[in-house]
Amino acid sequence: MRERWLILLGYGLFVVFFTFPLWRAAAVGSSASMPRLQSSPAGQCVAPVEQMRAAHMDMLFQWRKDAVRHNNLSFVAFNGKVYSKSLDGTCLSCHDKQQFCDRCHAYSGVSGPGCWNCHNDPRAFAPKVTP
Amino acid sequence: MKITRKEFLELTGLSVLAAGAMHAVHAVKAEEAARPSTAQADPPKKQMALAIDLRKCRQRPGCNLCSLACHTTHNVPQFTDPRHEVKWIWNETFAEVFPLDQNGYTRRNYTGSPLPILCNHCDHPPCVEVCPTGATWKRPEDGVVMMDWHRCIGCKYCITACPYDARSFNFSDPRKALPRINPDFPTRTLGVVEKCDFCAERLAKGEPPACVEACPEKAIFFGDVLDASSEISIALEESYSIRRKPELGTGPNVFYFL
Ligand code: SF4
Repeated sequence: MRERWLILLGYGLFVVFFTFPLWRAAAVGSSASMPRLQSSPAGQCVAPVEQMRAAHMDMLFQWRKDAVRHNNLSFVAFNGKVYSKSLDGTCLSCHDKQQFCDRCHAYSGVSGPGCWNCHNDPRAFAPKVTP
Repeated sequence: MKITRKEFLELTGLSVLAAGAMHAVHAVKAEEAARPSTAQADPPKKQMALAIDLRKCRQRPGCNLCSLACHTTHNVPQFTDPRHEVKWIWNETFAEVFPLDQNGYTRRNYTGSPLPILCNHCDHPPCVEVCPTGATWKRPEDGVVMMDWHRCIGCKYCITACPYDARSFNFSDPRKALPRINPDFPTRTLGVVEKCDFCAERLAKGEPPACVEACPEKAIFFGDVLDASSEISIALEESYSIRRKPELGTGPNVFYFL
């Protein structure tokens, strides 16, 4: 019975440490702030923003399949504009990999499916090398 | 005729066994029929091919501009360790490429004039037969043997299957072996097989392969061999040509004029 206070103190310390990140965030404000992504400089992406935000991975997957396996390279967007199904050629001609892809993926903790193991960031290669 | 109990049981057992065996045979046959084969039912409409005029190649001893153009265009890594070498189109000696076509004249005249070799985009590609993931396949519309590097798991079966040594494996990070990267074309990554794809990305834009364009002697013809009026068909019609190891039945589509 004499250890009761010791045990309660232990419990208390555990709760304080366990919830520490919440206290700290409440006191000093969250260090993670949602990235403010620049919209496409061209004004309009290949699909409406909501759709791109929710399902860009599905579209990229479909593009990859069409382009590589079926030699089908042209994509007709919702507004009738025609684009080439190309990550480096189309997506990255507007978006900056580091400022756009990487920031949001880092914020949401999605490390990415290894696109950049092979695909190049054209902005990392200025001036452009033409063989 | 009288039948004993023992004989009856034996006969019944044998009949059941035979019926079972029939089932097994049918199942195996059905599976064989369902397996996709490279011997397509309907023949391809087009077959892209390459014909290299070695008479013109010999005008420029030591030339490797085709290889250089290809390798810089496609970010082919330049590993110095010969065991790790990655190549799409490269020079090899006549004795190495055509070991059975040698004679005193070829030894005297062609030794010292290496010739370019590459993937033959075979009619019946063994590499495609063995690929377990479908990462390599023969494109039905133009006969190009394609690769999907996204899907390659690096098992190297295709390397073993190819009788022409046309495929290379990335034993280490290819980006480390690239002095310059062409940003318009992806690199490969560790553990992936690569080879010539007849410049599929350029064909899509209506351009000829990079090697064809780079050759200063215009020694390389490229086109559809199933179209009798194409430049390559006419060239093949006019001069005698040979191919690498045609006796294997792979149907290579790279031709050489000697
Ligand atoms: S040359 Fe080799 S890699 Fe090319 S299609 Fe024939 S078997 Fe396949």
